[in-house]
Amino acid sequence: MNFKNLKLNLSNKNKDLIPQILTVLFLILVVIYFTINAQSNMGNRGISFGFGFLSQESSFDITFSLIDYDGSHTYARAFLVGLLNTILVSVIGIFFATILGVTIGIARLSQNYLVAKSAEWYVEIFRNIPLILQIFFWYFAALRALPLTVDSINFYDISFLNVKGWYVPKFVWTNFSIFLYSIVFSFILIYFLGKYAQKQRDKFGKQIPTLYISILLIIGLPLLSFLIGGVSLSFEIPVLTQLSKTVYVYRGGVSIIPELISLALALSMYTATFIAENVRAGILGVSKGQKEAAASIGLTKGQILKLVVMPQALRIIIPPTTNQYLNLTKNSSLAAAIAYPDIVLVFAGTALMQTGRAIEIISITMLTYLSLSLSISVFMNWYNKKMAIKEK
Amino acid sequence: MNLSILKSDKKNLNSFIAIGGTLILIGFIDIIFSSFFSTNITAFLPDKISYLTPLLFGLFGLYLIRIEFSGNKLLDKVNTNFNSSNFNALLTLLVIFALIKYIPPLLNWFVFDANFAGNTKEDCTSGGACWVFIKVWLNRFVYGLYPDTEQWRINTAFLTLFLLVGASFFVPQRYKKYIIIFLLFVYPIIGLKLISGGDFGLKYVETGAWGGLSLTFIVSAFALILCFPIGTILALGRRSKLPAIRYTSIGFIELWRGVPLITVLFMSAVMFPMFLPDGTYVDKLIRVLIAITLFEAAYMAEVVRGGLQALPKGQYEAAKSLGMGYWRMHFLIILPQALKLVIPGIANTFLALVKDTPLIFVVGLLELAGMVNLAKTNPKWLGMAMEGYVFAGLVFWVICYVMSRYSQNLEKKLKTER
Repeated sequence: MNFKNLKLNLSNKNKDLIPQILTVLFLILVVIYFTINAQSNMGNRGISFGFGFLSQESSFDITFSLIDYDGSHTYARAFLVGLLNTILVSVIGIFFATILGVTIGIARLSQNYLVAKSAEWYVEIFRNIPLILQIFFWYFAALRALPLTVDSINFYDISFLNVKGWYVPKFVWTNFSIFLYSIVFSFILIYFLGKYAQKQRDKFGKQIPTLYISILLIIGLPLLSFLIGGVSLSFEIPVLTQLSKTVYVYRGGVSIIPELISLALALSMYTATFIAENVRAGILGVSKGQKEAAASIGLTKGQILKLVVMPQALRIIIPPTTNQYLNLTKNSSLAAAIAYPDIVLVFAGTALMQTGRAIEIISITMLTYLSLSLSISVFMNWYNKKMAIKEK
Repeated sequence: MNLSILKSDKKNLNSFIAIGGTLILIGFIDIIFSSFFSTNITAFLPDKISYLTPLLFGLFGLYLIRIEFSGNKLLDKVNTNFNSSNFNALLTLLVIFALIKYIPPLLNWFVFDANFAGNTKEDCTSGGACWVFIKVWLNRFVYGLYPDTEQWRINTAFLTLFLLVGASFFVPQRYKKYIIIFLLFVYPIIGLKLISGGDFGLKYVETGAWGGLSLTFIVSAFALILCFPIGTILALGRRSKLPAIRYTSIGFIELWRGVPLITVLFMSAVMFPMFLPDGTYVDKLIRVLIAITLFEAAYMAEVVRGGLQALPKGQYEAAKSLGMGYWRMHFLIILPQALKLVIPGIANTFLALVKDTPLIFVVGLLELAGMVNLAKTNPKWLGMAMEGYVFAGLVFWVICYVMSRYSQNLEKKLKTER
């Protein structure tokens, strides 16, 4: 037995243990201190910790909601309304930011000097102005300059833009579920087609025009549902109606409130600059040798882009871009500044003011964002592991 | 008919340039006439075609002068940079036409039609921007609601700061250390005392009155100084071998990174006081500073961790083989190299910090953007939102742009030294 070594190990272990115990102890003390204070504070105000208030009647209204909601619904429902609004603006923002960002990222690499410079200046300008100022600008300055309801800007008589918002036709579906099924079904078919095509390629080296067949499927199946599935679609166009001598409103259709427009505009224009930089870095990150090698084995230009450049560029682009999507979602909380009823305004604002339950409400709000972030970062780690170049 | 007879070559270069140039010129004249004199010189054509004439003329003209290796240097340059294909020619024309159409109205609004003279909203008559608004409110935009007679204190504090920072660049290396230590540990307290007052015969100014651009600088500067060491320690903690420390750091970092700053500020405003003994009051500004610092420290930690991970293992092993302990190894060998590697990341975090400062409006502190919000709701100055936000945006843009340029230069400079 080597006692000398054992002793050394023990002392080493002790050396490691002390800072850890101190850290844990400190954490526990802080938590205890905060809990005791919170308890006495809440006791003084006559409230007790608990989430029972969620099932109480909220008795406040929300200006914009995707689901049925009014004052008689519960706080939990108000939370859901806020969450859905946050998700709505994030999805819209992500959609446009991606399109804009990819376009500008590619434009920055254009041979055309003017195009490249314009894209560069777009990035420099919109990246360096605080997002909140951009939101304020669109909401308080740009959209307020729109005409009044009476002389709205008219888009081909089906959609109207004025200072109260943007009125677009409403889709009125019959048998919507069949249409939805047809879309889901076409996605499933495309998935299997992709598998089959890969098998064919790996086994026999045969190329199947997956893209064209997919496009055909995704257009054809829903179209079929219209023709034989009994699905039909009509539009409810907003109509200008006169309420009194000077008051006009649009009836029917869907109204997109200016808060949503300005928030989505600012979010997508701001985030697009970061996505553009990611796209540029990704495309530049594929070494020239790869393209030359692909060209030398006789691939066409389209094939080089599809089979050699894009897979490698996407590996560089996707992780930071997902991060940007996450940032966009978190930044959508700035909605509170212009009174777009997102989760922060509805729940951490109005509901908190009414109930006074700061700890519960703030924790729920933060936990919501936290779980969103963590789930995306877990997905990202999985994706990175899957996409990592398996060299050795 | 064979279209290739229209393809220019070296033989009839001059005639092609002449024809192409004329066509392009016609396109430009058309667009200039229609956007400046609102007369359509091609009005005799059908509506839609007349709208597209400048584009068609320009495209055809550019097609004619697209000659490979013409021998004319200028023409070759134009062709490679603006006119390499039909698509590129179209893009070039669209960009130029958009510039011709939209830049002059913008310039008019900004400068030529703008109002600079006067003191009230009624002096703005010419239809352009009303910079009188900015002129009248400038004092408030810079100092917030800070009393006019005491503003020299803010000026002194910032002037001293700039002088000290400037001095740290020029004094010999030996004294640099002391100036930096003074700047980091002593000066913030002096500066804060000077601005807040209360002692030494200075009038006390409560933090609610602070505001404007100076508050932006105060908040960013303090958060910047404080978040750096905390972030570094968190980064070291996350890479520590000791599980308790590692998981605490991971938990802390991910918690702050996972939530938006606005909820953190809400937390500091409404939830944090609940956790303190009854009756203790922590100043609003201090609470905000703590919140922003912790928030940015988490981001800083991830940046620094990136640098730590990028260092080759040999550096650690070499330091250990010299008999260095954990702290000496990190402070003398690892951190100086790691931090150098992540200068762009650090600069980005600082930029994000500066851009995040307007959010402090949620707790009722009004820096530049908040002051603009306040000023535009003043009954005497209604309808001045555009000017206010453009001004604030310009100020922030200049700050952020200069910072990002500086960081790029720093990066380049440090790269050559390696």
